[in-house]
Amino acid sequence: MVMDTETTVYHRPASLTDLGTHYCPGCTHGVAHRLVAEVIDEMGLRETTIGVASVGCSVFAYNYFDFDFVQAPHGRAPAMATGIKRVLPDRIVFTYQGDGDLASIGMGEIVAAAGRGENITVIFINNANYGMTGGQMAPTTLPGMKTTSSPNGRDVESQGYPIRTAELLATQEGAGYIVRRSLHDPKNIRLAKKAIRLAFETQVRGLGFSLVELLSSCPTNWGMDPVDALKWIEQNMIPYFPINDCKVHPVIASLRI
Amino acid sequence: MAKELLKGNIAIAEAAVRAGLQAYFGYPITPQTELLEYLSKRMPELGRTFVQAESELGAINMVYGAACTGVRVMSSSSSPGISLMMEGLSYIAGTELPVVLIDVMRGGPGLGNIAPSQQDYNQIVHGGGHGDYYPIVLAPANIQEAIDLTVLAFDLAEKYRSIVIVLLDGSLGQMMEPAELPPMQPLRTEYPDWATRGAVGRERRIHTSIYLNPAEQEKTNLRILQRWQEVKKNEVRHKAYFLEDAEYVVIGFGTAGRVALSAVRAARAEGIKVGLLRPVTLAPFPVQPIEALAGSSKGVLVVEMNSGQMLDDVLACAKGRTPVHFYGRPGGIIPLPDEILAEIHRMIAEPIRLNGHPRDQWLERMVQHT
Repeated sequence: MVMDTETTVYHRPASLTDLGTHYCPGCTHGVAHRLVAEVIDEMGLRETTIGVASVGCSVFAYNYFDFDFVQAPHGRAPAMATGIKRVLPDRIVFTYQGDGDLASIGMGEIVAAAGRGENITVIFINNANYGMTGGQMAPTTLPGMKTTSSPNGRDVESQGYPIRTAELLATQEGAGYIVRRSLHDPKNIRLAKKAIRLAFETQVRGLGFSLVELLSSCPTNWGMDPVDALKWIEQNMIPYFPINDCKVHPVIASLRI
Repeated sequence: MAKELLKGNIAIAEAAVRAGLQAYFGYPITPQTELLEYLSKRMPELGRTFVQAESELGAINMVYGAACTGVRVMSSSSSPGISLMMEGLSYIAGTELPVVLIDVMRGGPGLGNIAPSQQDYNQIVHGGGHGDYYPIVLAPANIQEAIDLTVLAFDLAEKYRSIVIVLLDGSLGQMMEPAELPPMQPLRTEYPDWATRGAVGRERRIHTSIYLNPAEQEKTNLRILQRWQEVKKNEVRHKAYFLEDAEYVVIGFGTAGRVALSAVRAARAEGIKVGLLRPVTLAPFPVQPIEALAGSSKGVLVVEMNSGQMLDDVLACAKGRTPVHFYGRPGGIIPLPDEILAEIHRMIAEPIRLNGHPRDQWLERMVQHT
């Protein structure tokens, strides 16, 4: 059979620039970027969104999103986002932060922003290590996990336990929507996209602080091929970091998207 | 407007409001806290932005975010808090954004004390944050000047896309004096063509301070330095007192300069031909007037409320052409006019010493006295 017309069913979101990324093959940053861009397109927010990039592998996120963007010092993205949102309350402001940035050096800023009920959205990439600096132990590194700064595996006696960020932030009264999702297979990617949508819906409705923690792969620093890295998320990360609706505002819970 | 009795911290806060301040982010620290307290009431009643941040780290990065949108934005703190802001200031400088910061200095290092000091001079004037950058630094010596320089700070920040720091000691923040506030300026309704406020019907805009390619970073460094050359050409300000026929010159900024003026007046009453140069801009530093005085005077006395920080800048201007003396009170102590008068007498009476650093000689005298 010969088709005489072709229809594009899958295209680059308008919110993504036509640029190859610097991310490693198999890294899920690209998936997370695309999901955010699709949601912003679908909600018609491209012209009114201001993104805040952080320090880490996603420092150049602003190269890939086609809307206004600023770049924050390490861990300070929630404070910078606060400054923007408070002077432009009708704009949509989100940060895109990794686990070293958000859960280690930036723990003060993120907890304070959630506590204030700051009406911003946070996309939080948890890949259990510091990617950009070459795979050091992060606050999210699993017990026993080998990294370049825990060469014998994370010893919880001396190096402590991984921090469950979503659960921690969900204790804050100012938080409107806090969930954890994973990017390890198509089903979970679809669920992640819906969560990102609901996080932005939370902000649009002025319901307080919103955050989506995304379990992500880091094949290069984990020393795995991309497929094994995705399996490793499912087998090792999810048991410690469960996919969870930690806090969902009733208005968002009743939303049908 | 009529003169009112105003406390320094409040006067600066209200001056900023009248200069069109749209957003303030701060954190409590003595001796600047009244500034934050005042604005916590004043800004919301005007429908403007006020946030008490979780820390000075938070405050300066909120300032950074707001500055990206092109609004008039300010923070204030005191020495230990300013240290915490150095990271953010370096980023703001690297992103070339206009920001106003008030530093009401206290004694240090460390937690130090809450008494008036000028011990942040080096940190503020010569950096503190990493990388090459050049903030404009304004040093008021009385409440009226604090008001006027706060208003000027916003204009200079925007003119040069620069950080402007108003540097004063705790006594100026805390004291009350009659002063006149400026008229209320309308808030801006138009924003510069670099402001990230949402890409409505235009190309996206980006604010970043990262240039991974060293050649691009160097280009940025040179652009920032070239802009600084413009600042140095246009914005040097100082106050001159009794300098026309002066044989000896006292140099001091802020409160130290103000106290020194009393000493100079007392010396003049004794018939001593001495004058005072008080830098109003510490950066850009009044190099030319000080160079000229160094060439024509018999001696220069630098007075500071620290251990001789501006002293090094004066020595660089003097270039060994005149003896330079130093008198300082670090640690949160304001020198009395009589102490400075005694130093003027010493400068005139002492044989010229060709060797040694004035700071070392001052330290020797200080240790002997205590």
